[in-house]
Amino acid sequence: MGTLQDWKQHKATFASIAVSPVLWLVAFFIVPLAVVWLYSFGRNVGLTEIDISGTFSNYGRALEPLYLEIFGKSVAVAALTTLICLIIGFPIALAITFAQPKWRPWMLLAIMLPFWTNLLIRTYALITVLRTEGYVNKSLGWFWEGASRLKVMVGMAPLSTWEPLPLLYNNFAVILGLVYVHLPFMVLPLYAALDRLDRSLIEASLDLGAGHFRTLTQIVAPLAAPGIISGIIITFVPALGAYLTPDLMGGPDSQMIANVIERQFKRANDWPFGAALSFLLMYATFILIALQTLRNRSAERRS
Amino acid sequence: MNRRIPIEMFRANRRSILQGIGAAAVGLSLTGALAGCGSKEDGAKIGGTGEEPKLNFYNWDTYIGETTLGDFKGVSGIDVNMSLFATNDELFAKLRAGNPGFDVIVPSNDFVERMVKADMLIPLDHAQIPNIKNVDPSFINVAYDPGRKHSLPYTWLVLGIGYRKSKVKGKPDSWKVLFDSPEYKGRIALLSEAGDMFRLYGKYLGKSVNGLTPEDLKVIEAMMIKQKPNVKAYHEDNGQDLLLSGEVDLVLEYNGDIAQIMTEDDDIDFVIPKEGSQLNSDTLCIPKGAPHPKNAHAFINYLLDAEAGKKIAETILYPTPNAAAKALMPDAYKNNPVIFPPADLLAKCEYAAYNEKLQPLYEEAFTRVRAA
Repeated sequence: MGTLQDWKQHKATFASIAVSPVLWLVAFFIVPLAVVWLYSFGRNVGLTEIDISGTFSNYGRALEPLYLEIFGKSVAVAALTTLICLIIGFPIALAITFAQPKWRPWMLLAIMLPFWTNLLIRTYALITVLRTEGYVNKSLGWFWEGASRLKVMVGMAPLSTWEPLPLLYNNFAVILGLVYVHLPFMVLPLYAALDRLDRSLIEASLDLGAGHFRTLTQIVAPLAAPGIISGIIITFVPALGAYLTPDLMGGPDSQMIANVIERQFKRANDWPFGAALSFLLMYATFILIALQTLRNRSAERRS
Repeated sequence: MNRRIPIEMFRANRRSILQGIGAAAVGLSLTGALAGCGSKEDGAKIGGTGEEPKLNFYNWDTYIGETTLGDFKGVSGIDVNMSLFATNDELFAKLRAGNPGFDVIVPSNDFVERMVKADMLIPLDHAQIPNIKNVDPSFINVAYDPGRKHSLPYTWLVLGIGYRKSKVKGKPDSWKVLFDSPEYKGRIALLSEAGDMFRLYGKYLGKSVNGLTPEDLKVIEAMMIKQKPNVKAYHEDNGQDLLLSGEVDLVLEYNGDIAQIMTEDDDIDFVIPKEGSQLNSDTLCIPKGAPHPKNAHAFINYLLDAEAGKKIAETILYPTPNAAAKALMPDAYKNNPVIFPPADLLAKCEYAAYNEKLQPLYEEAFTRVRAA
């Protein structure tokens, strides 16, 4: 049997393998996406018909300040989420890399386990933890009362009554929920990059007098850069399109662009405008991924 | 109309799905799954209607009696697959591109208008639904469906203020506490449904829910933005949960939802503000392209039966338009002022008509409010 390394010499074999995934991709990804893309150049005629007239008015409306601001806010929320995920995720990935081999699978399992639970269930679980009568506020209230009683016992004035913290229905809750949901997306690529790292380079750095922090910033971080960047992208992109978390955990001003898109397809019954908004979001994502690919290519060329 | 978690509860039998559309395509889409339900199995018994004994029912969550579907099967031999939707918009979006196989749906009054306009419903054959006689006559000639050509009433409901008695001074009997006052700052939750919000603000300003103009919308939008810092959340019709869990003390919600949690918590009450409010009615309809229209008629007839209607009302605690069923209910239900509010207040409440021109304006204005 010949190798498949050069597909040009084995066109028949390659074609027979490729045909089913390509068909799948065309039927269930390209075609539906193309339909939505066409909708974005259409307008509503009556309640259920869309006339694809080639108009750009949906895009024009999507670029109005109102929607651009919501886009901007969504980008900011997603960026902050990604940053926090990176700050929390990097030490976790580092810890897994340097843990004893017998512990590693368990630590990875602990990171991935929440993935096996439905996002909706996880969000509701988080709501029961954070709400006014939730576990966090109940526990804090219990400690507060304990401290108050302790003060009375030593003859001081008691603390004022406990006011539950507003942990839910605000932007804080949205960011917390997004970080909670997206952390595995950051940890796994970071772990993959750090695991491949040549340990002798770290030893060399330490032997040559660099401190731990300097080794981390000047040796480990640059070597793990591809992992960091892919972690950033696969955290940022889904966080940008999040709609369940702001919907369920957000306050009156926590709407993100995906919530606006969802409303166009449901309440507003304006599919063309919703399609234009979603494609703007998709163009932004494509640009991001294209930039990353270009970067990778130039990095390869340099090495 | 508890819209807690939109979970699809398909009780379709897996084998029939596999036979219907082939193993490769299992679960690809609702359309596929439902088409599978419609395929005839070998030796399938034929129900009394001459159709295969199956029916696909698309309903709200917590909106049917505990034993109703089983009882119906006992009477008719027809298996009911119930799946759930969370909002009228979800229902409309799913049926808009063609009926994926539903036989009976439960849209609200304004969506009945909308779906009739879009030619999405089949006219009901009243001869097949003798239990129409059980429906309270005041629900037969309604503006949104004159003569009940396309819909029959399943429940009716009214928006008002659910509140925690121990945390609120007196009876909050004006929309002012929710819409135009910092008195309960951070302790109120409003609906996230743009149309309902604008119409109720209109009520507060002394206008008809169907008499708003684009100028009114501007005024209301400014009022909403001003009130926003006092609002804890715009809820997705799960306001009763927020109230029950102590998250907020006042909530804009439907009477039936509040009546449900009042059975769990004595400290909760409900009031229709003195300015009046908006009525809704959820109705039983048959969408175009329903695979089992005869079974659908039989099912609607069964739901309007006095005994069946009583069992439904006992579970969901919504006001029933079924006079015969209401007569069978205990006084605790019949005389409950939350479920059946006083007539003088109801007289100030109106059904909202579907308004094609204002609907997109409501939506965009509400997006602005939330972005402000």
